[in-house]
Amino acid sequence: MTEASQKSGAMSRRQFLSDTAKTACGVSLFGFGLGMYSQQARSLPPLAVRPPGALAEDEFASACIRCGLCVRDCPYDTLKLGRFGDDVLTGTPYFTARDVPCEMCDDIPCLKACPTGALDPELEIIDDARMGLAALIDQETCLNFQGLRCEVCYRICPLIEEAITLDLQHNQRSGDHAFFIPVVHSDACTGCGKCEHACVLPEAAIKVMPRKLAKGKSAEHYRLGWEEKQKAGGSLVNPDVQHEYNLPAGVEYEHGGRGLIEEKVEAVPFSGNPLDTLKQHKADLQ
Amino acid sequence: MKKLKMPGTDRIARVGWLKANEWLLLRRASQLFILGLFLIGPVADIWIVKGNLASSLTLDTLALTDPYVLLQSLFAGHMMQATAIIGALIVLIFYLLVGGRVYCSWVCPINIITDTANWLRKKLDIKGQGLRFSLKTGYWLLAMTLILAFITKTIAWELVNPVSMVYRGILYGMGSAWLMVLAIFMFDLFVSRRGWCSHLCPVGIFYGLLGSKSILRITAMNREQCNDCMDCFSVCPEPQVIKPALKILTEDKNPLIQSGRCTNCARCIDVCDQNVFSFTTRFNKQDGMHLHQQKEIMP
Repeated sequence: MTEASQKSGAMSRRQFLSDTAKTACGVSLFGFGLGMYSQQARSLPPLAVRPPGALAEDEFASACIRCGLCVRDCPYDTLKLGRFGDDVLTGTPYFTARDVPCEMCDDIPCLKACPTGALDPELEIIDDARMGLAALIDQETCLNFQGLRCEVCYRICPLIEEAITLDLQHNQRSGDHAFFIPVVHSDACTGCGKCEHACVLPEAAIKVMPRKLAKGKSAEHYRLGWEEKQKAGGSLVNPDVQHEYNLPAGVEYEHGGRGLIEEKVEAVPFSGNPLDTLKQHKADLQ
Repeated sequence: MKKLKMPGTDRIARVGWLKANEWLLLRRASQLFILGLFLIGPVADIWIVKGNLASSLTLDTLALTDPYVLLQSLFAGHMMQATAIIGALIVLIFYLLVGGRVYCSWVCPINIITDTANWLRKKLDIKGQGLRFSLKTGYWLLAMTLILAFITKTIAWELVNPVSMVYRGILYGMGSAWLMVLAIFMFDLFVSRRGWCSHLCPVGIFYGLLGSKSILRITAMNREQCNDCMDCFSVCPEPQVIKPALKILTEDKNPLIQSGRCTNCARCIDVCDQNVFSFTTRFNKQDGMHLHQQKEIMP
């Protein structure tokens, strides 16, 4: 080898190394940026709901290839694909319950269309879908919480009396009436969003959210005494001792009833009938 | 300085514009036809093909899946259903037959954009390469997309992949995808000659890997006719692939263009006034003229 060719060889090696380093650095930088972006973009916005059978969000991001076949087979045009620039992971399917809710087709065509398994084919009955969870998050505006009888969310629920029930409570404001409080049951709610869609308020008081957001979790060690008692068929500890109250003579306490009873005062309770009061007054005068 | 001569001028003068652009026109027709098949569903409610290039369903029977997306998903930790795997195999076999980067030149919509940018670049007389990328950059990017899928457990590349973005955009709603199209057009026009498709795009590199094994190839069979007009080099998106075949630099001296990076776009056939190039299979290594071509050349 001549000196000249050795020299040019050395130069080209240097050239090669610097080129390779340049490319590697550029590509890594781009990759780093894309990686950060992907981590940021993968957090689903709270009001976007995935189609029925969608894998957990983490797995979904690796399984969905963004082909949109589920969108095409949705007969109600509920589903749409996240567009570039939207909050939803580019190209992945979702729906906004307030706009168009899931109609919960029995044959689940969106899931059947999925070629990858991102919509889990093991979901066979639509009632078992868990797209999200409805939560009545604004008690201040919900009409039923004001004592009115709206109940549209309850009536429209495809699983009425299972996913949403009405819980009767005393209306202290009027004294005579009941509150019909809609209560969502997470063991039955599919997250279809028909309640949110139907809510009559300009801004829905009941909203479908990812289950992770909408659902609390009790501590692992929590046990509810009355449930355990029912399971065991009897008290798990020694039976409660009847509580004895230390009260002055002539005074009694009735737990879960009238409360403190001072027998000395023989108050004549006013009768509901005003005539009785008049008669009583007449008797007192005589 | 002399203005750049548009490649193909000689052939256009001899055989007419139509004949001298027939492969280009066929390619554009193919690209638009495939897009049209997808588009006729949402536009006219005639459902021939559903989905997009990532995965599609034709006439409710033929399910096809992009093997590159499938590979990314695999790296991200998801094993696909049989439907997708079979669909990807069909696509793999198809491109092994017709040439991997036939995807680029006959299907991909971005190709229309970058070809236009490059054409305009010549018209505007913008000389030189501009920003220079090593031909290996694409391989790095391809590796990066797979590693990134593995690390992030997301098909991260598909967040920004302009190829699928444009298709999805046209079929399902563009969003800001137009900006991406514009960016690539500007990039190829002003920043780097043939920067995107020939140097960076990992999708093309992936299909190029198939292309190195594929059957249908371009051959410089009539290379002794070459008059060194350089039109083929000027028009070719991957000019480095021509030289070994045309200038007899391969070990076995055969005239086939062997690089997987050749997109089988056949622009070289269009522009060559000497009919040096033609389509053949990888098994046909013979040199010399086809009979029917001889007739065409001799006036």
